[in-house]
Amino acid sequence: MPQSALILRAQVVQAIRQYFTEQGFLEVETPLLIPANAPEEHIDSFTVLPCWQLQTSPEICMKRLLCRGHQRIFQISHCWRAGERGSRHLTEFTMLEWYRADADYGILMADCVGLLRRVAASCIADGTFSRFGKKIDPHAKWAHISVQEAFLRFAQTDALASAENGRFDELLVSQIEPALENFMVPVILTDYPAPMAALSRLKSNDPRLAERFELYLAGLELANGFSELNDPQEQRARFEEANQRRAAADRQILPLPERFLDELSAMPPSAGIALGVDRLVMLTAGVETIDDVVAFRPEEL
Amino acid sequence: MLSVADLKKGTKLIIDGDPYLVTSFDFVKPGKGQALYKCKMKNMINGATLDRTYRSGENFEPASMDERDMEYLYKEGTHYTFMDQESYEQVVMEEDAVGDAKHFLLENTKVAVLLFGDKPIGVTLPNFVNLRVLQTDPWVKGDTSGSDSKPATLETGYVLRVPPFIEENELVVIDTRTGEYSTRVKG
Repeated sequence: MPQSALILRAQVVQAIRQYFTEQGFLEVETPLLIPANAPEEHIDSFTVLPCWQLQTSPEICMKRLLCRGHQRIFQISHCWRAGERGSRHLTEFTMLEWYRADADYGILMADCVGLLRRVAASCIADGTFSRFGKKIDPHAKWAHISVQEAFLRFAQTDALASAENGRFDELLVSQIEPALENFMVPVILTDYPAPMAALSRLKSNDPRLAERFELYLAGLELANGFSELNDPQEQRARFEEANQRRAAADRQILPLPERFLDELSAMPPSAGIALGVDRLVMLTAGVETIDDVVAFRPEEL
Repeated sequence: MLSVADLKKGTKLIIDGDPYLVTSFDFVKPGKGQALYKCKMKNMINGATLDRTYRSGENFEPASMDERDMEYLYKEGTHYTFMDQESYEQVVMEEDAVGDAKHFLLENTKVAVLLFGDKPIGVTLPNFVNLRVLQTDPWVKGDTSGSDSKPATLETGYVLRVPPFIEENELVVIDTRTGEYSTRVKG
């Protein structure tokens, strides 16, 4: 990695810290080694000690802080996901997560706009992100597209039907993401089909959809945010369903985060989001692979 | 069998009966979604490209290739016949598969033929071959056009640029990787 990328990385992290501190967020540090992550069908964690796992996201502990009354918190921490390695994936990567009590996903979208404009202004000479030689201007008006609209426009098919028949991810990767590469502004893809809700709340006016969005820059997925589910019964049912699907696919059954479930009813209506810091540095530096923005690749350790 | 996680740039595999070369490969995973593998491949027979997205758990048959020393014998229509130097077995290759090598093939040229099963799918020539110039215009002394090369037709019918001093019937050395004139054969 060139020295300039390491310097840029430090500047991006500093800009993130300054931005959230100015916005009245408290920077927190939660344990990286935890008894249980949120079980998800497609995310595998590393079990490093009997009954202890490396976090795949700081969400469990950060939401428990919301239950204890914290209003606005952010954290920059390392996360580990087994088996994830590619030009935009590292098994160990850096995640920024922030949470707001008494908020929904709409406010997080506004946070994204403020954060990206700050990072671009502080760290990039011309104030625009770049990827594949294309410029993405965070200061222009952002594009908001619903998942359904994107599927109809770019894959000529229905998003809800694709979620049912198991082709959703494949179409997203082969049709939608390449189409999003052509946008010169950040794109917010909103309202995922309920089967892709993960830990998000369903829309009260249309429970076929979840209040979940993804932020894309030039087709690169940068952040995933949602209005948080705070119903412990519903959350437990979703974790158990994830485990049933894992069992059906011959994958390891994961322990449930019991203390989180116990405390969840104390969580106010909240919104939370995870943003890949390495990918933000990629866009800031205008480089194409994640290998170009870390001090060491796992293969050279 | 190869699993999708075994694929990488350069892997050769069989799809719908044809051998394909993986030209780019990436692990992708949409947020909260399943692991997928984006793969770009090139058909090793006709050069057609193919983009596919695979899920983990898919399996592929590797395409085993064999390269054999052969001698080019003759051409009939669009069929080129080669003979195995060890077994003396003859194989026939379509012009498409011979590709650009056809411009530099003379009878009895020694080549390497790439076989997919029994099917010849490619020819590798020596890096340099000597070919005779069949036709080229004479060099006009005092030519002021400033041109430092002129067209020449080789005995295979291939036309390329050669230096102005090259004459008809002369043997020249051609770099088969670029298809360009390299030097004249001293002698």
